[in-house]
Amino acid sequence: MPTSFIPTAADLLRLSPDIVLTAGGALMMVIEPLTGAARKARMAAIAVLLIAAAMALSVMAYSDPGTSFSGMLVVDGFSTFFRILVYGCGLLTVLMSVDYFKRERGSESGEYYALIVFSLVGQSLMASANELVLLFIGLEISSIAGYIMAGYLRDDKRNNESALKYFLLGSFATAFMLYGVAWIYGLTGSTNLDTVRRAILGGAMEQSGQMLMIATALMFVGFAFKISAAPFHVWAPDVYQGAPAPVAAFLSAGAKAAAFAMLVRVAASAFFPLSAKWEMLLWATALATMIVGNFAALRQSNIKRMLAYSSVAHAGYILVAVTAHSEVGIAAVMFYLASYVLMTIGVFAVVTLVASKGERFVEIDDFSGLVQRQPMLAIALTIFLFSLIGIPLTGGFFAKFYVFKAALDSNLTWLTILGLLNSAAAAFYYLRVLVVMYMKPAAEGAGPVDPAGIGIKAAIVASAVGTLYLGVYPSAVLDFAGKAAQLVK
Amino acid sequence: MNFLELIWLIPFVPLIGAGIMLLFGRGMPKQLVSLISPGAVGISFVLSLGAFVQLMGLEERRHEVVLGPWIEFLKADWGFLLDPLSGVMIMVVTGISFLIHIYSIGYMGHEHGPRHGGFYRFFGYLNLFVFFMLMLVLANNYVLLFVGWEGVGLCSYLLIGFYFHKKSAGDAGKKAFIVNRIGDAGFILGMFLLFKLTGSLNFGEVSAALTSGNFPVEAAGWGILSTTALLLFVGATGKSAQIPLYVWLPDAMEGPTPVSALIHAATMVTAGVYMVARSNALFALTPDASTVVAVVGAATAIFAASIGLVQNDIKRVLAYSTVSQLGYMFLAAGVGAYWVAIFHLFTHAFFKALLFLGSGSVIHAMSGEQDMRRMGGLKDKIPITFRVMFIGSLAIAGIPGLAGFFSKDEILWQTWSSPLGSHLLYVVGLATAAMTAFYMWRLMFMTFYGEGRMDEKTKHHIHESPAVMTVPLMILAAGSAVGGWIGVPKVFGENGFFQAFEHWLEPVFEPAAKVMATHGEHHPSHAVELGLMALSVCIAIGGILLARHIYLALKEDQRPTGGALYPVLLNKWYVDELYDILFINGLSKGGGTVLAAFDRSTIDGAVNGTAWTTRMVSKISMWYDTWIVDGLVNLSAFFVRAASYPMRFLHTGWVQSYALIFVAGVLAIFGFYWWGR
Repeated sequence: MPTSFIPTAADLLRLSPDIVLTAGGALMMVIEPLTGAARKARMAAIAVLLIAAAMALSVMAYSDPGTSFSGMLVVDGFSTFFRILVYGCGLLTVLMSVDYFKRERGSESGEYYALIVFSLVGQSLMASANELVLLFIGLEISSIAGYIMAGYLRDDKRNNESALKYFLLGSFATAFMLYGVAWIYGLTGSTNLDTVRRAILGGAMEQSGQMLMIATALMFVGFAFKISAAPFHVWAPDVYQGAPAPVAAFLSAGAKAAAFAMLVRVAASAFFPLSAKWEMLLWATALATMIVGNFAALRQSNIKRMLAYSSVAHAGYILVAVTAHSEVGIAAVMFYLASYVLMTIGVFAVVTLVASKGERFVEIDDFSGLVQRQPMLAIALTIFLFSLIGIPLTGGFFAKFYVFKAALDSNLTWLTILGLLNSAAAAFYYLRVLVVMYMKPAAEGAGPVDPAGIGIKAAIVASAVGTLYLGVYPSAVLDFAGKAAQLVK
Repeated sequence: MNFLELIWLIPFVPLIGAGIMLLFGRGMPKQLVSLISPGAVGISFVLSLGAFVQLMGLEERRHEVVLGPWIEFLKADWGFLLDPLSGVMIMVVTGISFLIHIYSIGYMGHEHGPRHGGFYRFFGYLNLFVFFMLMLVLANNYVLLFVGWEGVGLCSYLLIGFYFHKKSAGDAGKKAFIVNRIGDAGFILGMFLLFKLTGSLNFGEVSAALTSGNFPVEAAGWGILSTTALLLFVGATGKSAQIPLYVWLPDAMEGPTPVSALIHAATMVTAGVYMVARSNALFALTPDASTVVAVVGAATAIFAASIGLVQNDIKRVLAYSTVSQLGYMFLAAGVGAYWVAIFHLFTHAFFKALLFLGSGSVIHAMSGEQDMRRMGGLKDKIPITFRVMFIGSLAIAGIPGLAGFFSKDEILWQTWSSPLGSHLLYVVGLATAAMTAFYMWRLMFMTFYGEGRMDEKTKHHIHESPAVMTVPLMILAAGSAVGGWIGVPKVFGENGFFQAFEHWLEPVFEPAAKVMATHGEHHPSHAVELGLMALSVCIAIGGILLARHIYLALKEDQRPTGGALYPVLLNKWYVDELYDILFINGLSKGGGTVLAAFDRSTIDGAVNGTAWTTRMVSKISMWYDTWIVDGLVNLSAFFVRAASYPMRFLHTGWVQSYALIFVAGVLAIFGFYWWGR
């Protein structure tokens, strides 16, 4: 029992980004109906300011790392890295969403930006929770906002279907996870990650090993759903294809990064004593995820669906680094997610633009002759696709490089070889887009791409610059990740 | 002026050229494009020449320039290394590139491209290629080398697909890219292992670590060193088109001919040979891996030469010839004669660039015709092209005095006499030499001699190429004639000039030489060497005479058909078909179909589940609106609908099947932990 229930200043500072976002989001909901239709675009600006403030506060909080609220929340390098990453992802999503709803529905929408802000609160909690129940709450806050965003254009049947599927299957998966948390509590008497770890080291394994493994397996199902690992990935293609393109970007980048943060923290702290038993499971999941993602993507003609499968495949590569169960592996996960978030947001932003009103042009063939119609857009897309393939001088190359290096360091030779072969095969479907873009004349019906708004332009440029920066000078991010990777001191 | 400090500029000048072309080239007149782009390579050539000359004056022939740190834990910097090996490479790359740029001005002159900008784009890509190639050969570590390695692949892909309105060109580009990616996977793994072994990826440090004595020669069996070397070699087989990854190179001939000459004959494809030579300290430690290199090289040499015997497309003959000659280079590297591999790379760059550009001149004269069965009698109509190609064909066939003779004969001799070589590999090499002479002179006789078999319209158009094309050809012909004189066999007497090439490269291959010395030296007699040399000359002349007999003396219907072997050779031993069945159909399509069963797009398909879901959700939203407006009136209705939800859910057949997959996954994990612990 803590001696005092009154939070200290340090407690509050460590939670301050979440406090600011929650209060700001609630305020947005209140003033939204009072804002005239013409002024709703301001809500995006408010969201940008809120997220920027949260970023600044999380950097400030890192100057004094430690736990708060009786060890429920932890601010360390790892959580700060992921807080900044998901906030950055939220920021880019806000930027690329400006004008989207005006184009699709005729009016901007303030609620949407509030939902992004709420979702970020959840993701930030997932990254910094040191306790299973708080972890679950963060997951739910993030997911529920996500379900609504996926169906945001409620007159559109694709949106509706996407939201419903995401909701049903998401609830199904979180139920498993919550059940697992309950079992863990029953077996170890705590939900605090450090206490659970001590309990496992202190003999819980010997007393009830089988039960413990089943409990962790239940939790793993929840994690696997959120990171879209095979066979729990089946929702991803339908949801990404149906959801509005900016939302698909947000779900496949930010939500996935936060889910990996959660998985890595739990696997590297509470369940680290079980790592030898987890290794087989992670090994098989990583391999299956890479294979399913890459081979299913080969056959897609819809670009959003192809990107969905590609995001499944990338989850597989990241799982390879998780399987390594080492600090190098954790650093590789962090670096990979940083570059993955940038290239995914970038590629979806380009898709958003090319798709035009009503998202009519989302087949790969609709990209034909893009280089003539919109040369700058084509160059940006080329950078993102190169990064997804993993060509040097883009972030995607070093991301893969570090992942496979980490795997080799942990003697996962076969997984590395199979992973590299997978990434060779993956080049094929990204290349198809490049071929269509550069080597086919524009289709008859394809009109000029709508002029891009300032927001989405900024999002594309920022993602492209970030992708190239990580490819040319990876050391800065990697050094930070390397230092932050030591989760249990 | 200190050129040695400026070596980093050598790659960057073409990069600036490429930048200018690709960003601003669109609005430029052709004259300006033809000035800037070849000019940039010309400056590089001058810088290389200056640096090369100053390098000769250094005590220790090695100079490193580090611009800044890059990836510190891999010990990889933005560093450039000039030593005798990279010195030879930059001279070859910038020199040949410069000539080919000049030639391209004429060749691509009527190229308006599908979009009126083909000309500037072509030169932009070409400059970009030169940049990456120079990065590759000047890098002082494996990681930076790999950047160039991927970059040249990318440019090759862009240039193969240059005629992108041709579907075959696009397909060939893709094939090249994918095959190279497979090789790259091996290269990356090799780099990892090398780093694990030596703790660095810097060339100097790697080589120092390997020769420090901590690594004994892996003679007794297959170990980690052999694995590392073999993985690097897998990368080399991709880039240098060796068995089993050679399939992309012949298809790459879809690109414009100057590209075939520069990238797919003289420079890029030799990157694998360069990399193996650069890693000589590693390969020397593993006799087993070296044997694999030699055997793969020899097998590729004879295999590709046999296919070349029956091809009818003039560029394809040369393409298979390139694959075969690259095989020779790996054979030399595999038997430990690294300097000979680089020597053949050097001479081959001259005569193969010459032959390709010459064939481009022929195609130019023939209004785009590439089939040799519709050529003939061009000897007097395009005399300059004929004369230079005559020299080139003699050189590649191995006629004494010309460049190809010295390098090829040295390879054969080393294969015979080296402790790592064998007499069987020698016989394979000799047979390849015979085939080489035959297919090259078959090409010559079919193209230039006999009666013209083209139609009247084409015949009327035949004309010699302009000087901007023929002058580079003449320079290359001079190189093909005398380029080999710096590597004359010692049996003809030792002289500083005539063995300059070997002595020049000695410091680079010192690590390998040290290890090779432990294999024990044995000196076969000079008589044997001279005898073998005479044999290979006879073989070469025999090949030429046989081609003359069949393709000049005999009428078409009297020619021997080759029997059952002919269709096999014509269809390239059916390897493409085999790969299609194994990899394209078997793996990707088959696997894709299985997965496609799980993946039916519920949105486009006419599936009842979709319609139901949509109706349901829109009803819920509508209901929500009504509720806000009308108050709680409809609340009861909501409960009824909500209660029916799980029931209907079972009948959609879609979300349900997804959930079923979930459950299967959960059960699998449970089962694993329950029983499989």
